Amino acid sequence: MKKIIAVSIVLFSSISLFAQDDLMKELEASQKPETTYIGQTFKGTRIINGQSVETKSKGALEFIFSHRFGRINSGAYTLWGLDDAFVRLGFEYGLTDRLGIGIGRSSTDKTFDSFLRYKVARQSTGARNFPVTITAMGTANIKTSPNDNPLLTYDDRLSYVAQVMFARKFSTNFSLQVTPMFIHRNTVVKSKENNDDFAIGVGGRYKITRSLALSGEYYYRLNPHENTPYYNSIGVGLDIETGGHVFQLLFTNSLSMIERAVVVETDGDFGAGDIHFGFNISRTFQIKKPR
Amino acid sequence: MKKVILVFMVLGQSLLSQAQKYAAESSAISFFSDGAIEDIYGRNSKSVSIFNMATGDVAFSIPIKDFEFDKSLMKEHFNEKYMETEKFAKATFQGKITGFQNTAKGEQQAKAAGKLTIHGVTNDIDVPGTVELVKGKWVMKSKFMVKLVDYKITIPQLLWQNLAEEIEVKIEFTYKAQ
Repeated sequence: MKKIIAVSIVLFSSISLFAQDDLMKELEASQKPETTYIGQTFKGTRIINGQSVETKSKGALEFIFSHRFGRINSGAYTLWGLDDAFVRLGFEYGLTDRLGIGIGRSSTDKTFDSFLRYKVARQSTGARNFPVTITAMGTANIKTSPNDNPLLTYDDRLSYVAQVMFARKFSTNFSLQVTPMFIHRNTVVKSKENNDDFAIGVGGRYKITRSLALSGEYYYRLNPHENTPYYNSIGVGLDIETGGHVFQLLFTNSLSMIERAVVVETDGDFGAGDIHFGFNISRTFQIKKPR
Repeated sequence: MKKVILVFMVLGQSLLSQAQKYAAESSAISFFSDGAIEDIYGRNSKSVSIFNMATGDVAFSIPIKDFEFDKSLMKEHFNEKYMETEKFAKATFQGKITGFQNTAKGEQQAKAAGKLTIHGVTNDIDVPGTVELVKGKWVMKSKFMVKLVDYKITIPQLLWQNLAEEIEVKIEFTYKAQ
């Protein structure tokens, strides 16, 4: 009997000791499994020329200054394209963490663009497991150039883009995005252009350090016109993040900085050296405090 | 008979030890970085903790992703660049609180000693704090400095909006009997 008591006491005290040591385990066990959302799939709202799944957080205003120089193969006379400058100025504001609204104006074709972007689903692990982040986006553009042609009506100048972006952050460093896209232009040159175009974009980024990333992008046109003089858009770049700014230095065969013109009106042949050096600089301002 | 007494004793004691364990019903963790360009203030109310009144043992766990800031970009950088939250989701402390009496009234000075883990790095710390019984709930507070280098948190060279090399951490837990 005494033996049993002794054993019991030893057993009991060991249990109590165990309980003390494992307060942390007890704490962890008391927590409900939670969902971890994977964010920051890309550094900015742009991969190169095209859009990324990223939205601005609520109350954040992003100013993007995009710049493309002339063609590198234009030679020493134009300092390899640096004499020419093409610019887009744009703003995007986060109405909520998922819904963003934006406007922009490009010097090429003197085009105004406006868009809405909505993050439909977020990649997550844990209690709720979802493989990708999905963002849908609609854009309307008005081309104000040329402004001296009386035959062009307001409607003729309009074009629209609808795209759904699917992106997955495979690791902290590597993210990939696939973007099916539909483009409608009210007025086109029928002999070489379609009113309705479909395309698929593929973009990715690989982080070299915490603040530097390599990125690349390609848009494949699914139904190019048989007489099309245009090429598929290619871009490669380096993203540099410095606190409130993201600098993207890039090389691309596209001159424009809006999806319609990038995807179906790229006239540079990358292989022949029709390449533009350019950059996007984005600066984020917090207009309203989060929460 | 002895058996019955023993069972009773064991049962009684385990019940007693249960009653002395307190879970945090609310928490407030904040840190302040006095930066060259801007001050950064982060706060978190999602931490959990258990406090064993009988032994002084305490454990808490802070989910890093739940720190909130004045600017959403600060939160992004905090998680992505400094804390690497995808790899190290939580900061934890496991240790003992000494120097207080569970019968005394008013604010009492106490000490906490144990292992603090941040960014996957564990250090032994020994920090001062206070313990006070307020309306049947134990309120525990502490304020101490954390050196980033001790936890292998490095500041990227390209980042202009720097975090200070040493930051002030404030902790407040309110415990209620479990």
